[in-house]
Amino acid sequence: MQPENRTAPNKIEITQELTIPKLFYRQAKRYGKDRVAMREKEFGIWRPITWHDYLENVKYIALGLISLGLEEGDKVSMIGDNRPEGLWAEMATLCARGIGVWLFQDCLIDEVRYIIDHSDTKFLFGEGQEEVDKAISIFNECPKLKKIIWDDPKGMRNYDEDYLISLKEVQKLGRELEKENPDLFEELINKGSGEEVALLFYTSGTTALPKGALLSHNNMLTMGQHLMQVDPCKDSDDYVSYLPFAWIGEQMMSISCGIQMGYTLNFPEEPETAQENIREIGPHVMFAPPRMYEQMTRTVQVKYLDASWIKRKFYEFSTYVGYKVANLKFDKKPVPWYWRFLEWLASITVQKKLKDHLGLSRVRNAYTGGAAMGPDHFRFFHALGVNLKQIYGQTEVAGISVVHRSGDIKFDTVGHPIPGTEVKIAEDGEILTRSPSVFLGYYKNPEATESTLQDGWLYSGDKGFLDDDGHLVVFDRTKDVFTLKDGKPFAPQYLETRLKFSPYIKDSWVIGDKKDYISAVLCIDYSVVGKWADEKKLNYTSYQELSQMPEIYDLVEKQIREANKDLPDAAKVVKFTNLYKELDADDDELTRTRKLRRAFVEKRYEDIVNGLYSENDTVHVDTTIKYEDGREAHIKTDMQIRTVKD
Amino acid sequence: MVASHAIKEGDILLELDDIHMSFGKVAALAGVSLKVRKGEIHSVIGPNGAGKTVMMNCINGLYRPQQGSITYKGERINDLKPYERAALGMSRTFQKVEVFGGMTVLDNIRLGRHIHLKSGITSGSIYIGKTAKEEVEHRKFIEEEIIDLLEIQHIRSKPTGMLPYGLQKRVELGRALALKPDLLILDEPLAGLNLEEVEDMARFILDVNEEKRWQVTCLLVEHDMGVVMDLSDRVFVLNFGNMIMDGTPEEVQNNPEVIKAYLGEEELYATRK
Repeated sequence: MQPENRTAPNKIEITQELTIPKLFYRQAKRYGKDRVAMREKEFGIWRPITWHDYLENVKYIALGLISLGLEEGDKVSMIGDNRPEGLWAEMATLCARGIGVWLFQDCLIDEVRYIIDHSDTKFLFGEGQEEVDKAISIFNECPKLKKIIWDDPKGMRNYDEDYLISLKEVQKLGRELEKENPDLFEELINKGSGEEVALLFYTSGTTALPKGALLSHNNMLTMGQHLMQVDPCKDSDDYVSYLPFAWIGEQMMSISCGIQMGYTLNFPEEPETAQENIREIGPHVMFAPPRMYEQMTRTVQVKYLDASWIKRKFYEFSTYVGYKVANLKFDKKPVPWYWRFLEWLASITVQKKLKDHLGLSRVRNAYTGGAAMGPDHFRFFHALGVNLKQIYGQTEVAGISVVHRSGDIKFDTVGHPIPGTEVKIAEDGEILTRSPSVFLGYYKNPEATESTLQDGWLYSGDKGFLDDDGHLVVFDRTKDVFTLKDGKPFAPQYLETRLKFSPYIKDSWVIGDKKDYISAVLCIDYSVVGKWADEKKLNYTSYQELSQMPEIYDLVEKQIREANKDLPDAAKVVKFTNLYKELDADDDELTRTRKLRRAFVEKRYEDIVNGLYSENDTVHVDTTIKYEDGREAHIKTDMQIRTVKD
Repeated sequence: MVASHAIKEGDILLELDDIHMSFGKVAALAGVSLKVRKGEIHSVIGPNGAGKTVMMNCINGLYRPQQGSITYKGERINDLKPYERAALGMSRTFQKVEVFGGMTVLDNIRLGRHIHLKSGITSGSIYIGKTAKEEVEHRKFIEEEIIDLLEIQHIRSKPTGMLPYGLQKRVELGRALALKPDLLILDEPLAGLNLEEVEDMARFILDVNEEKRWQVTCLLVEHDMGVVMDLSDRVFVLNFGNMIMDGTPEEVQNNPEVIKAYLGEEELYATRK
């Protein structure tokens, strides 16, 4: 167990005066040309960027923005994949005393328009042609937007709109301004104070339109410091930045913790190569939402099914040992020497290789948060020897507030509050948080601010409780909690994550609030189930067709029976159906962080819900779906409804 | 070899004059003449069996026409072998992908670069100095100009045969581009691709044609009328080995003979629009 509150190698005192730019400037001067601040894989080679280069780039972008007319408190939005230029743009915005806003890379035009307009964005940084196209199409509807800045020249040769400007040109303007006023950059940095707003972050919102949370420099810095007090990082560590910057978790790791600890950020070549690139880097610390870990689990499970007999046996042996040892550790029991020996054997034969393939070979601490993760996945990683920890947080606390401590991990809890954070449970079971990282309020939304922030306490909207060891247990969103037939409360996400442990099931949606029984709508994993169908010589042409085959229903039913095991009768899935399509954030069914928007899907698939609670064994679907490029297609199909046999 | 800079934008790069090619008694090409100017995308359309692929095979040297002359960069190339024509800056892709399935994507593309490697077998086996430097330069070209352009970073080291068809087509294009051609012959690059892949491929063709670093003249054989009419500067219509017309996309679309011979058969050649 790591000692808590151990002083980090470069502990930074956070005063009211300290801002992110001040700290960034100090660190960049300290590390200079000797240390690599970030790396990007470009054209097949990892290219280092030193702290000196980082500072230079940020400086000229910041001055360029000033030269273009950025004033104090102006909003600057960013959209694009994770890449150094994106982070430079954000840091430059903060240095120039603007406020940063990030958009999800795959935001549709309506979402982009809403956020740009609502946030009063003046400048928009887009990566390349795709983002510029989005920006151009909304430019006339967002009168406050002045310039669109791009950095990837690919496909940009025919664009001549005068409000477009390349990042290089912005930096050129910055250099010119520096000649006129050499001390301006330092002056700007010295001006700020910690209380000022640094970022305006839009929460994904499972129910309504996104809300913009205002976060101060102080919020961000204290958050990072408190997390690093629990699990200190070193400046020689590596971190791979591949999750959207629009997600607060990535900001926490790349900005809050990144500049305090000075570890190296690594940017993958393309989003598709992220997994491969993680393996090349072998990060020391990792933070990802559950779906990433779910994906890894699925990969291993599928590879296992494909492996030769001898490999399967070795794998079975090592997981058996792994689970045994992990369970002893979970129960805080000593591990006898012979189990230690077997663990070592499992480690050298299977686990080490497997961890290497998953990019987890050097991971000291792996975190998961942002959504619920099932205990099965959790156990799986501990059985592999990965120190996976749950965290609990939200945008409104600038990241996280509760985390597991090494050696004190319970897979149904999220751990203890980080230093400086108080957590209490309201009378109705809502989780309340108080800490220096609690946000300032919602932008242009005083009603929401008032109901969320009361006497310095943040009302999370989540239901939970503290267990006997003081661990926080998060039940579910308050409004999502079901009342079962027997009157007991029930968290649907618990069952949903259990169902998702099957490699064949990608998404699940459980229904049954105040109903006679529980039912589920499932989305099969196209590649895994498709492969299974190939082996069984089943013919199919599309997801829709595959999902409705009786053999697939049999397969899914088996998975449900597995998930139903050890559940009380009232909480068992009785009826289910396979959805004819995958749930998608573009259809508003999931949030951008892939959380189910329950109220929305209930309304959208009302017929299916009614079908599940009728005597019928099919439900007819007649609907129009919209593709990303605006084309529409008509879908007519019958979905089977299957009752799970015991 | 004629230096490519001697031929300016708009000059004739490739000229076919009265080409006759017959197999036994079947005349696949009966006196075809075509002028391709530098910098343009020149499409060749025609019903199945019209002789389009035969025409391409004559141009790159797989077939020798019995009559007529082929002039490339001002030089008569009738008697040159395919690899000699490749050395003049002519490369192509095939209707059915012809990649080396067992080799990685990168190796396939490198193969297209082979013609530019100066070092021989001896210096290659020692691999120091000039040879190593040369390879680094070629690597840079392949990575920065081809892999980045075609967005195939994620499959760089995958065996080509395992990839989906659409990606194999992209790899084949990559190999053709590795030659840094002046003339690129694309034989049905869109056949068998889904809508998204068609859009990508069309974008790559435009990029290769327009982007300053490339500016490759393209000779495009294609059935997808929507793409042909959108991309092409000129369209050449072939039917049963005879030229029907050669003109701009608008002229071709309005020509009654073309409509009768070809465009009228809407079901067969329905555009994907």
